[in-house]
Amino acid sequence: MSDQEDDIILSELDDEELVQQMFDDLYDGLREEIEEGVNILLERGWEPYRVLTEALVGGMTIVGKDFRDGILFVPEVLLAANAMKGGMAILKPLLAETGAPRVGKMVIGTVKGDIHDIGKNLVGMMMEGAGFEVVDLGINNPVENYLEALDTEGADILGMSALLTTTMPYMKVVIDTLVEQGKRDDYIILVGGAPLNEEFGRAIGADAYCRDAAVAVETAKDFMARKHNRLAAG
Amino acid sequence: MDAPSDRDLTETGLAAAGAGRILLIACGALAHEILALKRVNGWDHMDLQCLPAKLHLYPERITGEVEKAVLHARDTYDRVFVVYADCGTGGLLQVKCAEMGVEMVAGPHCYAFYEGLDRFAAHDDEITAFYLTDFLVRQFDAFVWRPMGLDRHPELRDMIFGNYTKLVYQAQTDDAALRAKAEDCARRLGLDYEYRFTGYGDLAGALAAQA
Repeated sequence: MSDQEDDIILSELDDEELVQQMFDDLYDGLREEIEEGVNILLERGWEPYRVLTEALVGGMTIVGKDFRDGILFVPEVLLAANAMKGGMAILKPLLAETGAPRVGKMVIGTVKGDIHDIGKNLVGMMMEGAGFEVVDLGINNPVENYLEALDTEGADILGMSALLTTTMPYMKVVIDTLVEQGKRDDYIILVGGAPLNEEFGRAIGADAYCRDAAVAVETAKDFMARKHNRLAAG
Repeated sequence: MDAPSDRDLTETGLAAAGAGRILLIACGALAHEILALKRVNGWDHMDLQCLPAKLHLYPERITGEVEKAVLHARDTYDRVFVVYADCGTGGLLQVKCAEMGVEMVAGPHCYAFYEGLDRFAAHDDEITAFYLTDFLVRQFDAFVWRPMGLDRHPELRDMIFGNYTKLVYQAQTDDAALRAKAEDCARRLGLDYEYRFTGYGDLAGALAAQA
């Protein structure tokens, strides 16, 4: 995609062309170009939240869709994520300053016994892009880590990830502990990871299984909207 | 028969010979070991069909492909045995095999049954280990290096393997050249190296029980 575009000067493009070019650059995993594009849009007076949603999340949504459809593979998605990370690093402090909308707060982590975090990191990043505050617990988390973080952070959503058939049952340990403590219904629980499926998510008592980062974002938004509706009605 | 090439076993699998009462439907990564066990034990009544080993790059496709193979072959043979462990299917392969009335190998994956399920499960300090078998050492570039994009983007190495600490080479055969290659794979991934001879482990028993 990038071969014929080597000579493009980003600052000479109008806003619409620049966003389209940033979609292409994200797709190609070009971190420096994304950072440059973000800075140009900010200089032109774009609100940080608008840069995030229209340029970065818009571009990553295309990447996510092509990954789901088997057009892109893990390496390309990682490169795109790395490019988006570059843009996010510029925007994050500005988003905090400008009071961008906060959709909700998520605690996310890979379960005990599992060190795989590519999918979890993508979900965390896309959730941040969608306006969620994300507390990332990293890998190999025992139940205590989740419980403590949910409590201290006042989270709305718990996200758990696992890549191994041998570690995915641990998600049930976490959910069962929340049930025992009478806290299960305080949180929206989303689970994901390559060997999981919807049936497994239902069987362990999660609210939803999310097959990829884009689905996780949509599901989280949907559940948060329902939560607000319930609170408004109650 | 000539030994199938690793490349074919990775990309296309192995067609059944069409002779024998029992059909083994296996992962291409196990073909050499199964053929060796057949040879040593004289299991001429067992035929072998392998699905492409690269299916492991898309574990969500394994159950469907195994199902297709079983349904296609079941009327031709007295019995079909599926030589896959769970292999990242999240229990779906087990459910499908039970539904079709065929047995499969127990355990989460081949690393576990090569070492022996109990012994493998006892390694509770090995969550940061990346395992290779003989086949995977030979096919390291086709199976790990290229699919993970490390030939084109070496900077991705630490994003993908940064949480691992060591590469464990589970050897099915004692082969100095493979040991050297496995050690080199560890170096390329930036991991410590450990050699562990397993032989055929629980695979031999699982096939003997079907013979």
